[in-house]
Amino acid sequence: MISCIVKTKIKVFLAFLIALVVSFGAYAQEASEQADVAQKGVVPGATQGATAAASTGGLPVDDVAIVDAGESLFKNNCAVCHSSGSDVIVGPGLQGINERRSADWLQKWIKNSQALISSGDAQAVAVYNEYKKQAMPSFAFSNEEITSILTYIKAAESAATAVTTGEGGVEGAAPGDNIGTDAIGAVGGYLDIILVVLIIVLIVLVVTLLLISSVLKNYLNTNRKLNEYDQEVVNPRFDFSKIYKSSAVRTLVVLIFVVVLLDLSLDKVMGIGIQQGYQPKQPIAFSHKLHAGEHQINCNYCHSTVYKGKSASIPSANICMNCHSQIKTESPEIQKIYKALERNRPIEWVRIHNLPDLAYFNHSQHTQVGGIECQTCHGPIQEMDVVYQYSPLTMGWCIDCHRETPLNTEGNAYYDKLVELHNETSKGAFTVSSNGGTECSKCHY
Amino acid sequence: MQDRIKYWRGIEELENTPEFAKHAHNEFPEFLPVKETSADGSSSGKTKRRDFLKLMGFSVAAVSLASCEAPVRKAIPYLNKPVDVEPGVANWYASTYFQNGNYNSILIKTREGRPIKIEPNPSSKLTPTGTSARAQASVLGVYDINRLRTPLIKGKEAEWEQVDKEIKARLGSVTGKVAIVSSTIISPSTQQLIKEFGARFGSFEHVTYDANSASGLLSANGGVVPGYDFSKAQVIVSVGADFLGTWIAPIPFAKQYIKNRKVTSGNPNMSRHIQFETALSLTGANADVRVPIKPSEEAAVITALYNGITGQGSAGNTPAAATKALASAIKELKANQGKALVVSGSNDAGTQAMVAAINSALGAEGTTIDTNAPYYVKQGNDAAMIRLVNEMNTGTVGAVFFYNANPVYDHPLSAKVVSGLKKVPLKVSFSDRVEETSALADYIAPDHNYLESWNDNEPRKGYLSLTQPVLTPIFLTRQMQDSLLNWSGAGGNFYEYIRNNWRKIASAGDFNKFWEQAVHDGVLENGTSMMTVNNTFTAASPVAKPVKAAAIEAVLYEKVAIGTGDNSNNPWLQEMGDPISKATWGNYVAMSQKMSEEMEIVQGEVLKVTTANGTTFELPMLVQPGQAQGTVAIALGYGRTIDSMPVAKNVGANALAVATVIDNTILYTGPVTLEKTGATSPIAQVQTHHTIMDRLVVQESTLAKYKENPKEVTEYIRLATHEGPAKPATISLWDDYEYKNHHWGMVIDLNSCIGCGACTVSCHIENNVPVVGKAEVLNRRDMHWMRIDRYYSAVEHEEKDYETMEHPAENPSVVFQPMMCQHCNHAPCETVCPVAATMHSSEGINQMVYNRCVGTRYCANNCPYKVRRFNWFAYFNNDKFATENYMMNSDLGKMVLNPDVTVRARGVMEKCSFCVQRVQLAKLEAKRENRRPKDGEVVSACAQSCPTEAIVFGDMKDPESRISQILEREQGERAFHVLEELNVQPNVTYLTKIRNLA
Repeated sequence: MISCIVKTKIKVFLAFLIALVVSFGAYAQEASEQADVAQKGVVPGATQGATAAASTGGLPVDDVAIVDAGESLFKNNCAVCHSSGSDVIVGPGLQGINERRSADWLQKWIKNSQALISSGDAQAVAVYNEYKKQAMPSFAFSNEEITSILTYIKAAESAATAVTTGEGGVEGAAPGDNIGTDAIGAVGGYLDIILVVLIIVLIVLVVTLLLISSVLKNYLNTNRKLNEYDQEVVNPRFDFSKIYKSSAVRTLVVLIFVVVLLDLSLDKVMGIGIQQGYQPKQPIAFSHKLHAGEHQINCNYCHSTVYKGKSASIPSANICMNCHSQIKTESPEIQKIYKALERNRPIEWVRIHNLPDLAYFNHSQHTQVGGIECQTCHGPIQEMDVVYQYSPLTMGWCIDCHRETPLNTEGNAYYDKLVELHNETSKGAFTVSSNGGTECSKCHY
Repeated sequence: MQDRIKYWRGIEELENTPEFAKHAHNEFPEFLPVKETSADGSSSGKTKRRDFLKLMGFSVAAVSLASCEAPVRKAIPYLNKPVDVEPGVANWYASTYFQNGNYNSILIKTREGRPIKIEPNPSSKLTPTGTSARAQASVLGVYDINRLRTPLIKGKEAEWEQVDKEIKARLGSVTGKVAIVSSTIISPSTQQLIKEFGARFGSFEHVTYDANSASGLLSANGGVVPGYDFSKAQVIVSVGADFLGTWIAPIPFAKQYIKNRKVTSGNPNMSRHIQFETALSLTGANADVRVPIKPSEEAAVITALYNGITGQGSAGNTPAAATKALASAIKELKANQGKALVVSGSNDAGTQAMVAAINSALGAEGTTIDTNAPYYVKQGNDAAMIRLVNEMNTGTVGAVFFYNANPVYDHPLSAKVVSGLKKVPLKVSFSDRVEETSALADYIAPDHNYLESWNDNEPRKGYLSLTQPVLTPIFLTRQMQDSLLNWSGAGGNFYEYIRNNWRKIASAGDFNKFWEQAVHDGVLENGTSMMTVNNTFTAASPVAKPVKAAAIEAVLYEKVAIGTGDNSNNPWLQEMGDPISKATWGNYVAMSQKMSEEMEIVQGEVLKVTTANGTTFELPMLVQPGQAQGTVAIALGYGRTIDSMPVAKNVGANALAVATVIDNTILYTGPVTLEKTGATSPIAQVQTHHTIMDRLVVQESTLAKYKENPKEVTEYIRLATHEGPAKPATISLWDDYEYKNHHWGMVIDLNSCIGCGACTVSCHIENNVPVVGKAEVLNRRDMHWMRIDRYYSAVEHEEKDYETMEHPAENPSVVFQPMMCQHCNHAPCETVCPVAATMHSSEGINQMVYNRCVGTRYCANNCPYKVRRFNWFAYFNNDKFATENYMMNSDLGKMVLNPDVTVRARGVMEKCSFCVQRVQLAKLEAKRENRRPKDGEVVSACAQSCPTEAIVFGDMKDPESRISQILEREQGERAFHVLEELNVQPNVTYLTKIRNLA
């Protein structure tokens, strides 16, 4: 009986300890998230001051629409091989390209570089030879589209100069670097260890003190004649042990224990099948942090159907080869892609996000129509070396978002009349669920 | 007093047999099949408390164990992604389906490079809307696990190199005649290739025969099928031709036929259709007047028509029953010169010559028969085939090739074919499996499935179309044409061959552009023709002697789904209820009720059928209202015994022995004797499974009444209240829904529905509906989300009128009514579900949530339309259904499943969803393009596959949509809701059927 109670007590204590550690861990995580938000806040700031334009070379850099169009074209088509700055990725950095080459030459080159080279154009041949005779693919852009891309590059140059002049004190920490976040993450891990060590030390201390006091008490009781006052001090009449020996307290403790246990197990049971945080080892150590974070490659470049279809699609090996036929060809991880191609065996990635078959999910509905960022569901993917499941992907999680998120109705003629109708009858936001987005057959069929 | 029309769906309902009455009151005939799952076979069948606890404990343990670690799932991308394949996005390719006369220009839906659905090609002028049930189901053919995976030499797997080497060597030293035996080939390039292949042999013949031959028709019309155009005919008389179901080119014919059968109050005119036939066919069921005649009377009927119209010839002995109808038919035909058409299903050249003469006398040429555009879909020449069989037996044939031909199974002289084949030194089959004929061949060089092949087609003069591959060949098969090119030494491939052939007809300019356009459209219908028909028939032989009035005349017919048996390994087609008898899985001896009473046979009793030549087979009897007295009808295409067709194996019996061969003519009729065997074999009919308890569900009227006042053809039920009769909708307990965005609905025109059943198969495929097999259909557990209710009807005369009172089942009228979930606005199912697994959406769809359903089945009990289906078993990954439902039980078969629709688990309810996956996709497409969906973008599978556009699906909130306009036009006239008095307010509206009774 007693041993049982002792065990129970230890368990309660342990449970308490675990709770303590977990909550500290959570604190640490939260802290890192806050830091993350703070750090993200820097990026939009960086694009301020883009108006401080230098010589524009006749390009309409002030026309936001053109610059935007150019930006999306650049990111989807060019960014894989070219930076808008001066670094060389596969091809040359495009900073100052409008000054280096004539607009006419650029039009020809982008539409069909090989034709220009074979026509014997000196500049073209020089560029071709300089970059290891790596042919640039032809792009079927219209002249306006090419102009918009060039305008974007021009605008980006002006923005960059504005930033460097404006924020000279940032000590070269380019936007997109996540040193701060890493540091906080590391500190979080550190804190956990210190906490655990401290708690163990404390326990040892308490146990030691209790032992000492009991030894001293025994000694005093047997070897010393104590006066009444001392007697009261050594053997108090009010026995604290009576408190924890009383049945009321015991019942309470057992009750609390049972409740905690029940709560824990219920939580566990409800969590069956939820793989939040699932971070399996992948056959190739591909880093989203490197590609999406540092190199800022648009998600759509590899996950090419994310705006078009139900599935975001995992890139096929030939997409990897667009760059890796040139870059880091010696890396053992990239050698694995070559091997897959040689053996004609596709790469078997481990699927992280597993929706049950009974739920229909369509990426394009959310990305293109809804205008939702990838990170909303997938978390800070640009910071993940190894991808993990960020969201619980439970129905509750879906529904919560559908209830709260206002529909992206701007400029979409599908919704025009519906928005009007909604505003006539209701003052609340026109959310996904007010358009029937929480009905069963929207996802289950 | 007006005569009341009585409707019934089967003899059991008409007679109200005890068994029918029992089932009528039970939605579910049996309790849950718990016993079937207890493997120990304990006699009590009850589970003990302790066992229950043990089981429960074990289950909990198993579940918790299983849940500890989620299985690792792989995501495998393409190695090199094809440019035009986007995962999750469907691609559509235009192509052509053709098999045994059944032609359809189609679009094939592929997902991740695998075909999953077939839809009509709207670019085609011949078949712009709808497909046949067979074309729908053909998508499964490519995933048939019983196809050959390699070529065979003497039954042993072999390499193509070896096969090529041996065949080339043997062809080099061939003596005697070389023959290619095929069914009809409508590919001009293939025809030409065969001609070129044969040119190098001293003696070569390409023999074409059709399993259900139209040789007589061809012989009387210069080797082609006359260019019938039913859309130009105001009076149609058919003598035994099932042109809506199986005869010649049913899909184009149905399209033409229905053009003059659609009525509106603005244009209340429709053609008149008179049918003389033996067995009740789909066409007979749609006729305004139907006269049952014996097959031996066909010639007499046609002679009478001929005499009446041309005024020549001597009076024949017209069958008594048909005299009155004949007289009026002659009168009407004559009154509609140039707008009349007579067709006959007879395979007798003499009879067909007479029909041709009648049509010519009626001025049909150039009007109802387009002389410039004959059909090529039947080219079989019986005389040539019979001659070849005889030659094989005399040993003068050195080599024979079989392409899409299986004469051992489907030719009436099959015994002679077998004996002849033994004397042919080189026998090669291009069959895709080891079937009856190819089992006797030395080599089987398996052909691609049509979804893997290139081909061109000319089903009708001036209507070209292309067949293109939609996936790389699954097995080591090779297209027959490529084999011929290889063996003839010409080399190259058939794709290049077709392209070169098409250069001849290309419009000026870039050929590649022209070709790309043709492949994209799938059709080239600008009048260009490539086919050269060189089908010589000997002079039309005189009318074959009518079979002496023996005791019983049997007639052979094709079923709409199974045809002559090429597709019989297709579970969807086997499970599709026959449009008329509603029987699945098997054939039977159909006879009239009077005859069965006289012979004292009850339905399901097995009869031994003995044919004129002494062959016997056994089949159960089925009572078929409308069957001519003294005749029986038996379907072709059954009785497969080969292992390579496990679905069809031992289903029904092959009745081909009934056919009569006189000289060079094959007649699909003959005398038989019937004997009782004492055994019974129940027929799996789905007709009375889901009864509607004698309520008013179908409505019909006559054209005369409709012309008089279109507002009085439909009976609207009014409820009696203290304020007088009221519309049921005005008395309601429920609040109405408000639809802001869309309101999906469906209109079904009973006048246009011919009952062909294409929609039911299409629905099956689109929605991953399982096939349950004969045993489960007999248990009344078929899973069709959509059924076509076939009602027989007859006028109930007043009792004093004894003279004219005939037995109602003798020659009933037929109404077809497609029935699926009505998506009621006040749905009775929604209110009774204890777990809210079925709910109403804001777009008017009655949603069924499988993952919420716990299987109480209250909803099905409470559904007045009986359209809910319960998953009694897991039909996937279940050995019990491995044969019948192989598309959910084998890796290859599963490729055909629609990836956007859940495969339902055991114990949940399912039903028509209004193809919500299509609705959602179309809405998404519209949103992606920043616009509202256009009418016609959202089409349910049933509406899309309907050849007669009887089903219209759309948004009732959109005033411009077709459905809104139909509803506005027909409101108060033909539009009615089934069981309106229940005030469930369905979103499906029906339009009253109008008959053109004289």
